[in-house]
Amino acid sequence: MELISLSPWDLALAALLVLAVAGCSLATRLGIARDLIIAAVRTAAQLALVGLVLEVVFARGDLIWVAAMALVMLLLAGREAAARQKRRFTGGWSFGAGTLAMFLSSFVTTILALLVIIRVRPWYEPQYAIPLLGMLLGNTMTGIALGMDRLTQGAWDRRAVVETKLALGSTADEAINDLKRESMRAGMIPMLNAMAAAGIISLPGMMTGQILAGSPPWEAVKYQILIMFLIAAGTGFGTMAAVWLGARRLFDERDRLRLDRLK
Amino acid sequence: MLRVEGLQVRHVGPASFSVSAGECVGLSGPSGSGKTLLLRAIADLEAHDGQCLLDGTAAHAMPPSQWRGQVGYLAAESAWWHDTVAPHFPNHTPDNLADLGFKPEVMQWSVARLSTGERQRLALLRLLAGKPRVLLLDEPTANLDAGNSRAMEGVLARYQSEQNAALLWVAHDTDQLKRVATRSTTLSTGGQLTWN
Repeated sequence: MELISLSPWDLALAALLVLAVAGCSLATRLGIARDLIIAAVRTAAQLALVGLVLEVVFARGDLIWVAAMALVMLLLAGREAAARQKRRFTGGWSFGAGTLAMFLSSFVTTILALLVIIRVRPWYEPQYAIPLLGMLLGNTMTGIALGMDRLTQGAWDRRAVVETKLALGSTADEAINDLKRESMRAGMIPMLNAMAAAGIISLPGMMTGQILAGSPPWEAVKYQILIMFLIAAGTGFGTMAAVWLGARRLFDERDRLRLDRLK
Repeated sequence: MLRVEGLQVRHVGPASFSVSAGECVGLSGPSGSGKTLLLRAIADLEAHDGQCLLDGTAAHAMPPSQWRGQVGYLAAESAWWHDTVAPHFPNHTPDNLADLGFKPEVMQWSVARLSTGERQRLALLRLLAGKPRVLLLDEPTANLDAGNSRAMEGVLARYQSEQNAALLWVAHDTDQLKRVATRSTTLSTGGQLTWN
C-alpha cells in the first residue's frame, strides 16, 4: 500500500469543515467561533513549523541536532507543565522540578527503548528518537502537571491538617504522606485510563497514523503496545519524582510547612 | 523548663521569658497582636529569629518532630483527617475521656458529627495523649460553655501537676487567666510583652 500524499487543496477542504462549525457556532451564539478559528490556525502554524524543523533535523541526522531538538521539547514541556498548575512554587521551582522529573523519566525511558528494545542504529536516529521522546514528554507532562497541581492545592487547602500532624510530633514526611500518595495517583490516572481503553474505546493515535501510512496493522499494534508501556513507565517515574521533589519543597529544614513558597 | 530568648517573628518580639515546670503562664492581648504567631513560633511551626530551649537544649539541636512532640501546640481550631475519632489516637483510648464528659463510645463516632466544642475537647485529649512536657494552648476553651470550660481547666490543672508540665495559655478571658495562671503577660499591638 502506498502513502497518499495530501495536497494543500485536501487540507483546505478539511479547513472548510472547521469553518462550517464556526459558522454554526456564530448562528447559535455558542461563543466559541473565535477560539475555534484561533485554535485551528495555531494547529496549522505550529505543526507546519515543527514539520519544517523535523525536515531539517531528519536531513542532518546528527546527534547534536537531535539533542538540540530534544532540549527545546523538554523546556517547552516543562513550561507547559508549570503553566497548568494553579498554585505554583515561587522562584521557578515548579518549572525546575517538573523539567528535572521529565528529563529523568522521559529521557532515560526513550534512550533505553532506543538502545535496548528497538536497537536502531545509530541509536539517536531522529525518525525514531524524536517521535518517541515527543510522545513520552507529552504524556509525562500531563501526569506531572496533574500530580503537582493536586499536591500544591492539597497542601493549601489542608494546611490545618498538615500542621496539626506536625504539632503532634509527626515528621514532614509523615504529615504529607497521604497527600503525596493521592497526588501521585492523580498524575497516573490518565495513563491508566488510556491503557485500559486502548483498542476497545479508542484506536490510539500513533497506531492509526502508522496504519494510515501503510504499516501492517500487526506491526502498528506492536509499536503501540511498546509505546503504551514506555508511557506508563515515563509517566509513573516522572510523576513520582516531581511529587517527591514538590513535597520536599513544601517544607523547610525544620519541617515547617512553607506555603509562602507558593504563589 | 521552657526558655524563650529574643524570639522574633514578623512584628512580634523580640520576646524573652521562661516558663518553669509545673507553672502556667497566661498570655492575653488584643486580636491581631500576634499571640497565635508567638505560640506557633515557639512550636517551631513558624520561621523566626531567636531561640527556644527545653531544659537548656535548643530546639535546633534536636529533630523538629522531637521538639514538637515535647512542646505541644493546641491550635484554636482543631483539624481532623480520619473519618472516625479513634484512628486519631494511635496508641490507645485516652483514660481521661470521662473528665471531659465523653463516654467511651465517642471513639467510634464520625468526626463530621462532632460539634466544634466536642472537637476542641477531643483535640486537647489527643494532644495530651502524646504526653508533651510543655503545652502551648491557643484559646483552648473559646467554643465551650461555662461548664465545659471548667472541666477543661480541671483536666489541664491535673496534667500540669501530675506531669509537672509547663503551660503557656492564651485567652481573651482575663478572669480565666486569673484562675489558671500563676502569672500573666499581655502582648501589645506593637508585639511587645508586658508582665502584669
